Amino acid sequence: MKNIENSFPLSDKLINNFEVYQDDIKRNDDEEIFNVRKKAFDQFLKLGLPTQALEDWRNTDLTDVYKEEYQHYYDNPGIVEDVDKVFQCNVPHLDTIMLAMLNGRYVSKDEALVKLENGVIYGSFAAALQQYPDIVAAHFAQYADASKSAFTAINTAMAQDGFFIYVPDGVEFKKPLQIVNIINHDKNICLQTRNLIVLGKNTKLCLIHCDDSYNHQKSLSNTVSEIVLGENAILDHYKMQNVNNASTIINATYFEMKDNAQLSSNGLSLNGGILKNSNYVKMNGRACECNIYGLYLMDKKQHIDNLVFIDHLYPNCNSRELFKGILDDSATAVFNGHVVVHKDAQKTNAFQSNKNILLTDKAKVNTKPFLEIYADDVKCSHGATVGQLDNEAMFYIRSRGISEHNAKMLLMYAFADEVIQKISVLPLRYRTEDMVKRRLRGELSVCDQCVLHCSTPEKEYNFEIDLTKV
Amino acid sequence: MLLNIKNLHASINGKEILKGVNLEVNKGEVHAIMGPNGTGKSTLASVIAGREVFDITEGEVLYKGKNLLDLPVEARASEGIFLGFQYPVEIPGVSMTNFMRTAVNEQRKYHGLDPLPSGEFLRMMEEKKQMVEITAKLNNRSVNEGFSGGEKKKNEIFQMAMLNPTLSILDETDSGLDIDALRIVANGVNKLRGPENATVVITHYQRLLDYIVPDFVHVLYEGRIVKSGGKELALELESKGYEWIKDSL
Ligand SMILES: Nc1ncnc2c1ncn2[C@@H]1O[C@H](COP(=O)(O)OP(=O)(O)OP(=O)(O)O)[C@@H](O)[C@H]1O
Ligand SMILES: [Mg+2]
Repeated sequence: MKNIENSFPLSDKLINNFEVYQDDIKRNDDEEIFNVRKKAFDQFLKLGLPTQALEDWRNTDLTDVYKEEYQHYYDNPGIVEDVDKVFQCNVPHLDTIMLAMLNGRYVSKDEALVKLENGVIYGSFAAALQQYPDIVAAHFAQYADASKSAFTAINTAMAQDGFFIYVPDGVEFKKPLQIVNIINHDKNICLQTRNLIVLGKNTKLCLIHCDDSYNHQKSLSNTVSEIVLGENAILDHYKMQNVNNASTIINATYFEMKDNAQLSSNGLSLNGGILKNSNYVKMNGRACECNIYGLYLMDKKQHIDNLVFIDHLYPNCNSRELFKGILDDSATAVFNGHVVVHKDAQKTNAFQSNKNILLTDKAKVNTKPFLEIYADDVKCSHGATVGQLDNEAMFYIRSRGISEHNAKMLLMYAFADEVIQKISVLPLRYRTEDMVKRRLRGELSVCDQCVLHCSTPEKEYNFEIDLTKV
Repeated sequence: MLLNIKNLHASINGKEILKGVNLEVNKGEVHAIMGPNGTGKSTLASVIAGREVFDITEGEVLYKGKNLLDLPVEARASEGIFLGFQYPVEIPGVSMTNFMRTAVNEQRKYHGLDPLPSGEFLRMMEEKKQMVEITAKLNNRSVNEGFSGGEKKKNEIFQMAMLNPTLSILDETDSGLDIDALRIVANGVNKLRGPENATVVITHYQRLLDYIVPDFVHVLYEGRIVKSGGKELALELESKGYEWIKDSL
């Protein structure tokens, strides 16, 4: 065993597996890629799995996860059961191109990688390693910094599959791409998923990324996404999380933005055991704009940790963060917003906001919006609130004859709605409204029926009190 | 008798605000309550509506002969009590339409009625909006959010019209209104008046009472009703001020 900072059953296993399954891991790699993997692996050895001693992990304890026995798969799993079932999952009235991942592997009824006439390529990351090694090599591990995060390091070292999207210069991709990432396995599994999305100059893409689980089995997903926005690229990005309470998701997304790029990313976390979402946005160009939104609705012993790091390197860029959460029972949430405005990044506008509602005494929030500013001509603000439902508003609503329970629902929904309204794809917004209502009513907690796979997905769900707007 | 308040004492955080209020309101009557700032007018209104932050330490409130203090806020509303707030609350994210639809249908449910069909509900919204001459498209806006002071007050009367209460308590619905709006609001209230319901208006200005003519005027002073009379009492207060009340105590 190599010398490692700290040792846990999980890290021991991963280290061991990197040696034992090396041939499988590098099956699709050329030498250049495999060298990157080896370097990342060394970083992992140096870092060890993160503990609460680290600032970014201070309020998220993964010790139990590190001790859990998970199955790791490195060989080709072959084609998995019932792909059709996977594809039935959809958002009504939303015409999308659907890509599916099952237990960390890209699944498809046709080719693993599709190239359209306009030059757009989408499909499996593993296939892209083989078929487009140059594109992959130009971006793989260029933005996801393995020296700073052990999870990113081990992902870079070991992840074999994920999704790959390439939009060449000048292409505006009209249909949203929906990626459904499903965990459905009879063993407790650990997944390493790697996604790469490259948007060229003057491109446009809408990407909807859903994490779902089918059963109650424990799982650990470590996902790293690298997303590049070329000059004038516009990305509308959504991340839905609705997994069972025994699931741990470590999700790191690295955005690289060039001049005039526009990013909107909306993370909607409806269910999950432990969710850690790290968004790193490098505004590596002038006049970029990014909006990072998040909504989390947690209950029982669920835990969510959102980290947003925004790096303002050039002038005239805007960044906005709005994260809102409702915590019930003994759920806990962490928000770390860190904006760095470098010396040259004059005329920066940066806003951070994190608002929370705690429904019980046991629910807890740790929130830390943080601005680090080295330029003088900037407009920045940050704020965080943690509160209960507004008593005045409760009284006002009830005084019109609305029950306490429904008054609460109205207020919770209204609170969440600010983030939901940021969803610009209308069918998705309506779908999300529906899901959030069901979640607030406590109907999604039993998570073997995941939202998107509910038996009658086209059925409009009605609140006892009708919240749909006229 | 519709409302019978007997020796009502209410306090908040141990501080007594209402110190023995007596008030009787019959169907068909309009009562005006006047009194200096901070004497407990809004407190009285909220206690009747069911605000839970106040502790009732003594006394009773009978409504239609039943103990009102036993009922939760929403049941009081369904039983026909409406409070027009002095400071209407802004509720971002809840549209007026949803708010009213939910309120109307929950009250109907309380009375064992089916929800109002959507078309009928919307027609009612339009009709009542016209009654208070709300021209702006308030329906899809969040409740009171960004409404001007006057719009908020009109919105209270609009809600009152939608809910068709038996006992309306209007807490300074006239303050902040321009002269036209005052007339509109007063007209609204007058149209809703009938032999089966009653109105209590809390106001600082005799002017409102030119439009909504009260049967009784009461002066609430330091947590008690210290003087009651006919509509001429309001005129007397207007000319003599509250010093006169203090002196006469
Ligand atoms: N929530 C509260 N907490 C503490 N004190 C309160 C609260 N609500 C009212 N009070 C106090 O109770 C007293 C009566 O207030 P209330 O609002 O009933 O007066 P009012 O007669 O309506 O006055 P105004 O004419 O200014 O509207 C005041 O001294 C007020 O500060
Ligand atoms: Mg008052």
